Amino acid sequence: MSVTAMPAARRRAAIPPVIMCAIAWIALMVLVAILADLIAPTHYATQNLRARLQPPVFWGGSWAYPLGTDAIGRDMLSRLIYGIRFSILIAVLGTLIGALLGTLLGILAAWRRGMVEEAIMMMVDVQAALPFVILALAVLAFFGNSFVLFVIIVGLDGWERYARLARGLVLSAQESGYAVAIRTLGAGPLRTYGGHILPNIAGALVVQMTLNFPGTILLETSLSFLGLGIQPPLTSLGLLLGSGRALLLNAWWIAVLPGVVIFLTTLSMSLFGDWLRDRLDPTLADH
Amino acid sequence: MLVLFLIKTGRALLTVLLCVTFVFVVLRLSGDPAETLLPDNTPPATVDEYRARWGLDRPLPEQYVLYLAAVARGDFGRSFGDNRDALEVVLERVPATLLLGGATFLLALSIGIPLGIVAAIRRNTAVDRAVMGFAVFGFSTPNFFLGILLILLFTMQLRWLPSSGSETWLHMVMPVFTLGTAAAGTLARFTRTAMLEVMGQPFLRTARGKGATEGIAIRRHALPNAAIPVVTVIGFQLGGLIGGALVTETVFAWPGVGRLLVSAVAGRDLAVVQAIVLLVAATMVTANYLVDLAYGLLDPRIRDARR
Repeated sequence: MSVTAMPAARRRAAIPPVIMCAIAWIALMVLVAILADLIAPTHYATQNLRARLQPPVFWGGSWAYPLGTDAIGRDMLSRLIYGIRFSILIAVLGTLIGALLGTLLGILAAWRRGMVEEAIMMMVDVQAALPFVILALAVLAFFGNSFVLFVIIVGLDGWERYARLARGLVLSAQESGYAVAIRTLGAGPLRTYGGHILPNIAGALVVQMTLNFPGTILLETSLSFLGLGIQPPLTSLGLLLGSGRALLLNAWWIAVLPGVVIFLTTLSMSLFGDWLRDRLDPTLADH
Repeated sequence: MLVLFLIKTGRALLTVLLCVTFVFVVLRLSGDPAETLLPDNTPPATVDEYRARWGLDRPLPEQYVLYLAAVARGDFGRSFGDNRDALEVVLERVPATLLLGGATFLLALSIGIPLGIVAAIRRNTAVDRAVMGFAVFGFSTPNFFLGILLILLFTMQLRWLPSSGSETWLHMVMPVFTLGTAAAGTLARFTRTAMLEVMGQPFLRTARGKGATEGIAIRRHALPNAAIPVVTVIGFQLGGLIGGALVTETVFAWPGVGRLLVSAVAGRDLAVVQAIVLLVAATMVTANYLVDLAYGLLDPRIRDARR
């Protein structure tokens, strides 16, 4: 509810410095994820057993390993870069999966109404009543872990929020003038919903995606941290942090560096998402 | 009120049934339950006896009914780990988790709600910004990272607090703080929003116009009305708390249900996993059900609107 008396034009013009920093950090993470192969000094699995547990350069280490090394002499900078790549990749894929499935179900519910809507909304209620991480763990336990399954599970987190949002938006959109007009002109459901209503509600869905993104990153990193997510030799920020837990006494940087990256990324995404939502629709602020 | 009560009860039971069905489906999809649920070295006679007891030789719909009956009896199978009843293994971990969760809840409530109220009253001041900064910080910091930072500072540097176990109250300090920060942050944010919404309402202007002091206007008129959305959020927080307990109990070696679930998943001790999943589901549904009922009791508008 931080609706201020500021004129709309000024609200739009100025991007607060904090948000600029957040956007810059997110852009940096995306660039690192895309360019990992080019910028990483070594492959993330390359070992140098003669350089184990080297400290970072700012903690008395050398420039050969700017962020130090881990217990089997792997370059932390390279591991961090690839960790960012895997974590960002999973979070992006996961966000898309959840948004796609949830939106489709939401549109379906609003279009068919009746029993279809009842069934979908019942599933939404059940999902909202349960901690998702518990279901995720149950599926991982029963089926065993694989990269694809893990990405799908991470993606399903939050589908019910998209479904609820999309249903509400479509319900009001399909009664508005343009939707009635296009239907009267004889457009089929695909054209009405896909071609006309979806583009009109996309803004709110994108905001929901940015708000969901931090949770998706946290789910992936938490599960990987617990050893139940991404499996070695692949790496992720959570897995890196988890591997550093046992070495806190000798080499704090192994756990702390990936932790800082996760924290800054989720923080930036939360700030950016909140700001985006307030800008697009001030009436939604802080709900 | 009776109608509302019946609808709510029916929905809660249906939700539990759907959860049990979900576990049943996942369990059947993942292979022969007699093999996945029993330890590898189980004698064939026991496997056959197990198959007969769970009706695994019968058609699927009949199996489903038998599964429901077994779950209703609290029979979730046996744990691989020590070949004991899975429910028993889980239940002995419950007190530790309840202790941790209860203390966290108290901490989150006693920090989050006052901060939210203060931020709303002092809107757009430095106090408000500080509180909101804390809230964003609170729910952006991953549990596992906060836990590790606390261990680095208080166990390794200052040597004030033990980093693992649950013997004394000192062992509780860091896990409770780790879990409570995010919950307090979320709660502060929601309380602030709810307060701001109520404070803009005409009835508050009326109260002030009738000569109520600002203190009375807030205590007598704003707080009770803002309490309703906050109660709902508290219900939702329980889910976050359970998720957070998985990580926090593992980081601090707290002997609760969360840590048991993590090790059961890692060791594929499926009987224990299904017992925990269904217990958590039942707990969550019960909590939401109670919150819903409390909600109806608190607010006559809701009671009547849903009839």
